[in-house]
Amino acid sequence: MKNNFLSYSKKQLGNGLKNIYSNKVVLMFLILCIFGIATTGKPLIFTVSEVFTRFGRNTFLVIALIIPVLAGLGLNFGIVVGAMAAQISIFFVVYWGFTGITGLILCVLLSTPIAILFGFLVGWLYNKTKGAEMISGMVLAYFADGLYQLFFLFILGGIIPIKDTTLMIAGGIGVKNTIDLTGNLKYALDTVSMLLLLRILLVLYFVFSAANVILRKKKEGKSGYKLSIIKISVTILLLLLTLIPAIRDFLGTDRLLLLNAITIGCVLAILYVITKICSIKLIQKHKELEVNKYLAMIIIAIIVYALTYIPVVFDITMSISLPVCTYAAIILICGFNRWLLSTKLGQNMRTVGQSRTVANSAGINVNKTRIIAMCISTVLASWGQLIYLQNLGTFSTYGAHSMVGLYAIAALLVGGAGVQMANNKQAILGVILFHTLFVVAPLSASNLLGSSLIGEYFRVFICYGVIALSLALHAWKTIKKPAKQKELK
Amino acid sequence: MNKKIQNLYHAIGLPRLIIFTFFILVLFAAGFYKMDTVALLSNVLRRWGMYGILVLAMVPAIQCGIGPNFGVSLGIVCGLFGSLVAIELNIANLSIFDGNKMLGAWATILFAIILSSVIAWIVGIGYGILLNRVKGSEMTVSTYVGFSIIAFMNILWVTLPFKNGDIKWPIGGEGARNTISLESSFSEIMNKAGAITIGKPETGLFVPTGLLLFFFFLCFLVYLFMKSKTGIAMSAAGANPNFAKASGINVNRTRIIGTALSTSLGAIGIITYAQAFGFLQMYNAPLMMGFTCVAAILIGGASTTRAKIVHVIIGTFLFQGILVIALPVANKALTGTDLSDILRMIISNGIILYALTKAKGGASNEE
Repeated sequence: MKNNFLSYSKKQLGNGLKNIYSNKVVLMFLILCIFGIATTGKPLIFTVSEVFTRFGRNTFLVIALIIPVLAGLGLNFGIVVGAMAAQISIFFVVYWGFTGITGLILCVLLSTPIAILFGFLVGWLYNKTKGAEMISGMVLAYFADGLYQLFFLFILGGIIPIKDTTLMIAGGIGVKNTIDLTGNLKYALDTVSMLLLLRILLVLYFVFSAANVILRKKKEGKSGYKLSIIKISVTILLLLLTLIPAIRDFLGTDRLLLLNAITIGCVLAILYVITKICSIKLIQKHKELEVNKYLAMIIIAIIVYALTYIPVVFDITMSISLPVCTYAAIILICGFNRWLLSTKLGQNMRTVGQSRTVANSAGINVNKTRIIAMCISTVLASWGQLIYLQNLGTFSTYGAHSMVGLYAIAALLVGGAGVQMANNKQAILGVILFHTLFVVAPLSASNLLGSSLIGEYFRVFICYGVIALSLALHAWKTIKKPAKQKELK
Repeated sequence: MNKKIQNLYHAIGLPRLIIFTFFILVLFAAGFYKMDTVALLSNVLRRWGMYGILVLAMVPAIQCGIGPNFGVSLGIVCGLFGSLVAIELNIANLSIFDGNKMLGAWATILFAIILSSVIAWIVGIGYGILLNRVKGSEMTVSTYVGFSIIAFMNILWVTLPFKNGDIKWPIGGEGARNTISLESSFSEIMNKAGAITIGKPETGLFVPTGLLLFFFFLCFLVYLFMKSKTGIAMSAAGANPNFAKASGINVNRTRIIGTALSTSLGAIGIITYAQAFGFLQMYNAPLMMGFTCVAAILIGGASTTRAKIVHVIIGTFLFQGILVIALPVANKALTGTDLSDILRMIISNGIILYALTKAKGGASNEE
């Protein structure tokens, strides 16, 4: 057993290193980031906290790209359109004077149907331009930008009357360049307290499992009945626990200290692993490999927790607090992606992504599947933009969406994703690496070369360069493949 | 008769009809608002020559099969670099040109054109090799290659040690300015060459003869090239690579020639543009120029796979005509707003999108 585990972990470690090595883009960025961090001339705390803020802001948008990639549509340069949907709804919500979480929920309710409509149109366009989706998406983003400006500069105030002129350019036609979200939507999501979030989740879960139990009872009697009852009672117990004052006070805040987050994460991971191991040992007796995997998880959790005792790391973890709800949203959306891909629709999307011909002959409606993928991506992008703007706190009417697609795509590619393959892990790794470089590049450049302008240009160059390079590499690979196949024949 | 009209309609195409109608409408609107139509028209003529060569750069690219060259920025930065070297060496004010300022200016622009087109040719060969490796997704790759070269050159513009006072920042700075005045080198040299004013000297129609002649001359040269043996081989390779291969044409080589020619024309185009404008625009200014050029040739009637010289001439005129005339009209109709820029975005990107939906790429008929 012990020997087994050692060999397993050796193998996993070797695989991991090999993976990083074979993914040259990730490796290059890792080196650039480490070099950048070493030469910023600022304390490490500054860099890390910046990266955490940007991580909360941007990850959702990057994850919005995954579904179209898997459905074979390539990198969706059209997510800018989703961002526009969010911005239109934000304008109206601010105009109507809604604030806080109600305002945000209203934004979501308003932007979702708009985004679905936009997603449908984008999908329709992509179906017309099969094989050139990416360039179409890019041109579409610029085209939509024109229409968007037309809407905000001429139609609002010009055709749709706007009574409250505080948001308008003097003269009443056209919206101001920047809209301040302080006092209405700023931190609307970030400040939702953990307590509220936990209670909502628990109640939802309770309702869900109760309904499940009732439906099952009608259908097939007592199978799985016991487990559901246990789950429900645990939920109720947890809900009752949140009523205890000490716990309630702890959960009552909206920010979680990074140290606490790590501790909670480690404890939860260990608890999860222990229950898993117990269930494997007690129920399905022969699954050594699985046990090895969970043992590795325990060790990683313990190591991570032990790391926080290093003074430098401890200082950092004490100085950063995370907006819980935003991070929860990111986790939820990762879960959604995984869930979607396990459904029939998700499988259809993958099939379409592999080969449209095969999918068509298997009876899948290719065009419809692609449009659905686009709708999902556009809606997620609009939500992502909402999260981004509520965290940023200022909404630049004509510029907020322009770089969305570029940054998201560059971040995803940096994480090691390709034009046909992407997953949540790559998105998360990509956001961390890309935004670390984004934070440190100008600082390092001004520190080393005495000109922060070079750093600014350098990071733009990195953005475009990464995209150009990976697109070129991808195209190169796909050309080589058919040539090889011909030779084999 | 009906069939003839239908044929004509198909030959012209719906978007061109719309654009042309729009152009006429805008012209009438300008007349309606009692604007100085003659001044507007002379502006259109100037911009026709100014943008023409950049649009002409699309022809060899489309004909050789790489599609509209969104990466023409590669040629543009070569042109900027060549002009910078010409200004830095201060050719216009060399002692041999003391007697004749005009000659100095011509020498500068000639030097800039020759130097930058040679550089652009070399760069274009490398770019062509890259595009040969990525057949099928040239448009996406070339766009991002164009974007990244601009970003890369930004770093260079900041760091290159220029000495000439026209180029470097005025107060103790390093690197090039945002806009560099060509006043002391070759500003408007082509525009003024043989320029005539039809009507009264102040209010008449100003025709930049030199500029237009140079534009038409280059068009003619490209036309001759396309009719030469190499040019025909290139067009054949672009139209049907497999057939061309079977008839003994080296497809990859002709594609590289087409790309290099396109890049060189881009370099010459930006110099012509700059001399008509009077300034060199550095940094991010040429970022979206590729899109404008692609839109112009598509408006002229080209598709993403076929293009003619006529398309360049018509397209540039129509596109620039609309932009020039629409701006004052919009300002009259809706005061205090800048409709022209928005209009440019919608028309140019809309027309590219339309062309993309019409292009039956290799993958579109897979089902």
